[in-house]
Amino acid sequence: MHEVRFSGFGGQGIVRCALITGKALSMYDDKFATMTQSFGPEARGGACSSQLVVSESRVLYPYVTLPGVLIALSQDSYTTYEPKLRDGGVLIYEADLVTPKEDDGRVQMYPAPVTRFAEELGNRLFANLVTLGCFSAITKIVTQDAMKKALPGLVPDRFLEVNKKAFDKGYAYGLESLDKKPLVTGDAQ
Amino acid sequence: MRKTAADPKGVLEGAHFLDGDHAIAEGALAAGCRFFAGYPITPSTETAERFAERCPGVGGMFIQMEDEIASIAALVGGAWGGQKVMTVTSGPGLSLMMENLGLAVMTETPMVIADVQRAGPSTGLPTMPAQQDMMQIRWGSHGDYRIIALCPDSPQECFDLTVEAFNLSETYRVPVFIMADETVGHMHEKVVIPPAEDIEVVQRNWYEGPKKDYRPYQFTGKDVAPMVKAGDGYRFHLTGLTHDERGYPHLTVDQNEKVVTHLIEKIDSNADKIIQLDESEMEGAEVVVVSYGITSRIVSRAVQLAREAGIKTGSMRLITIWPFAEKRIEELSGKVKAIVVPEINYGQMVREVERSAAGRCRVVSVPHCGGAVHNPEVILDAIVEASK
Amino acid sequence: MSTTSQNISFREASPMADFLRMERMPHIWCPGCGIGTVVNSFAEAVNKSGIDMDKLAVISGIGCTGRVAGYVNFDSIHATHGRAIPVATGLKLANPDMKVVVVSGDGDLTGIGGNHFIHAARRNMDMMVICVNNFTYGMTGGQLTPTTPQTANASTTPYGNYEYPFSLPFLADACGATYVARWTSLHARNITKSIREALNHKGFSFIEVIAPCTTLYQRRNRLGDGLDALEYYKEDAGVEKDVDTRDVGIDFQGDIAMGRFVKQDKPTYEDAVNERYANVLGDDYQLYGMSKPEREEKAKRKAEERAKVQATMDDEEAQMMAEDMGVDEEGL
Repeated sequence: MHEVRFSGFGGQGIVRCALITGKALSMYDDKFATMTQSFGPEARGGACSSQLVVSESRVLYPYVTLPGVLIALSQDSYTTYEPKLRDGGVLIYEADLVTPKEDDGRVQMYPAPVTRFAEELGNRLFANLVTLGCFSAITKIVTQDAMKKALPGLVPDRFLEVNKKAFDKGYAYGLESLDKKPLVTGDAQ
Repeated sequence: MRKTAADPKGVLEGAHFLDGDHAIAEGALAAGCRFFAGYPITPSTETAERFAERCPGVGGMFIQMEDEIASIAALVGGAWGGQKVMTVTSGPGLSLMMENLGLAVMTETPMVIADVQRAGPSTGLPTMPAQQDMMQIRWGSHGDYRIIALCPDSPQECFDLTVEAFNLSETYRVPVFIMADETVGHMHEKVVIPPAEDIEVVQRNWYEGPKKDYRPYQFTGKDVAPMVKAGDGYRFHLTGLTHDERGYPHLTVDQNEKVVTHLIEKIDSNADKIIQLDESEMEGAEVVVVSYGITSRIVSRAVQLAREAGIKTGSMRLITIWPFAEKRIEELSGKVKAIVVPEINYGQMVREVERSAAGRCRVVSVPHCGGAVHNPEVILDAIVEASK
Repeated sequence: MSTTSQNISFREASPMADFLRMERMPHIWCPGCGIGTVVNSFAEAVNKSGIDMDKLAVISGIGCTGRVAGYVNFDSIHATHGRAIPVATGLKLANPDMKVVVVSGDGDLTGIGGNHFIHAARRNMDMMVICVNNFTYGMTGGQLTPTTPQTANASTTPYGNYEYPFSLPFLADACGATYVARWTSLHARNITKSIREALNHKGFSFIEVIAPCTTLYQRRNRLGDGLDALEYYKEDAGVEKDVDTRDVGIDFQGDIAMGRFVKQDKPTYEDAVNERYANVLGDDYQLYGMSKPEREEKAKRKAEERAKVQATMDDEEAQMMAEDMGVDEEGL
């Protein structure tokens, strides 16, 4: 079982990240996925998060309790959620927007300049797809193929191709990061 | 009762990644609902939004009414206008609906009301889950009556049970509730919508016979009279007053006894047919956990842990909340040490369990104030304690 | 036994037999009450209009006027207090071929049901609302309503009313009603004509009929009986042409401005829904399975029917004027 949390500030496509991943897993990767999100005023600005519980069998408890993966796209969300990431867990963070505390080896840290990559593709709105590319490459929780199949309906048709490009960019970057710093798997996730 | 396959027009066949609110709207469309009147309220609004988006293409009508009172009132008109009708709401809106729930019950008007429960009282915690309206739907409108209520534990069941709710409401001419909660309403999971030919839909039982002989009611306590729709020349009359078979006011104690007894008996005498339960490992169980809706999923985890700890634990999920499974609880209470009832309220359905168990076994409430689901450990502790 | 057979023959012979559920007679209304006049006028209007009686539904709320739905021989619903309009809205939208008529009282429609009233008017929902305004809650014993004039005595204002009342034509007009008229129960012929016009009007039409509650309002305010009320209407009610609805408020036993205050064409709620969806979805939009050409054909047919009915009404009017039948030339 995996527990994944996507976090950032409102407008970064955080909810969409979990929706795409959840759809990919449950519809194209033959997994069970339950997606929840934080609602209310806190979802409109400030730190915002969406969560996925992924399992080989039916998910019972729908909320994440001690996530093994955290994606943090803002300083606020890093500060809020990093302490709740389990020991040995994977942290993927926005390299230009998050200044993490010193790496003490508690979690496995992977910086990714996703916003900058997105801007290079024409719009910072694609940052969430770059993020998903990194996430897929590093964690291998979801397949690349399933993610791409999940996109129609969740991104506007006219941006489908560029979103796929953004995903690929992130995926390639994720693989490079892994080369530099192999993931310690096992209980880590 | 005429059962057919669903109209393919309303069926979004295939696998989807949907939240419970959206799945309820899809269930309604698949069941043939073509009229929706509602008022926005968190956390149920997404159902109305989905219906508003989907209905023009399916050939249905959506109206956002001025409040929840008007929404459910419009359903009474809509149903007798000839459509299958639904609305959706949450706590504060449900409170407003109680008045015309009574009208719907009294006029035996089929309709489906989805209540995506949030924590109260009053405005409470609008974006967080609860199971605090279980008694309100049963007793909230004045007078004696019965309704049917189903409780989904997942987006898939939101779809399945909404179809079922329409079928029951047509069969018994009674308002049927879908008792979801914020968690089920907002969580996304895979929802498989079967092809139209695999979805069984109960069509309205239309009256066929001489116009002058039409009677909108029969007070048998078993079956309900067939219906007609406005405009077909039957000149039906409906009233919230105590009435005779023609629907005319008949304000006597004797007539009231006939009417009220019928409203109660048409559900109670068919309870065995209506009630659906999901039981596991009941054979030889020392402790049985009775739960419903989202809490059942938390219970599943707690029960797993209890079994691992060597406690013979059975689990009973109430898919049908009302009518209550009193016979089954009565039977169980003679065989087990204790029944544990976790629910996201300060003890509502547990009273029904206590009533049915009637002192034959311990009944342990595991309450929660609302705003979150239980911690499985709390339920586990209750099971362990109850097994002693 | 002989009484029963006499009753049956009376019932069968009544000119209202087609229109009323004769088996439910006698009705509950008090002698001198104005509601019966409205029901009579309604029956006559329906008769004259030639409308298909199977396609007309009457919906009432609670109260004395709320009982109308139970006596008329149409598809009818006696709804909860104040909720006749939303019930009618549901019925109309679920079955757009129906003409829906709400008949209820001032307390029901503008007190407890006020919110529904203003929103149905705002939407220009295609329905007729007839309000029998007797300035009081009759069935519960003569309490204050939103239309009770200041200083009038009601059982909950035993020292005289100090609240500001609604002027219903102004309220309806301000909210978007596309047909607004007011008469008193003395002016039966005008009520009939107004109802005929409203039956033929597409959109939210509102007809207020000032009527006496002899048992409570009249008596409590020492205004005499039903006849005295009609005397008052005869003296102080007058037709006003081109009057601004802001100026038609009614003071206690004061002047009553009557007439058809508003008549305009505006797309109804249903028209607007159809137009919006057809614009966006094109041929994929088929409300209750009806295609665009079918919808347009039906709309055209209905428009022609309305034009024909209007022409007939105009002819009758001209004829009556020519024959000097005493038609109030300032009437409609």
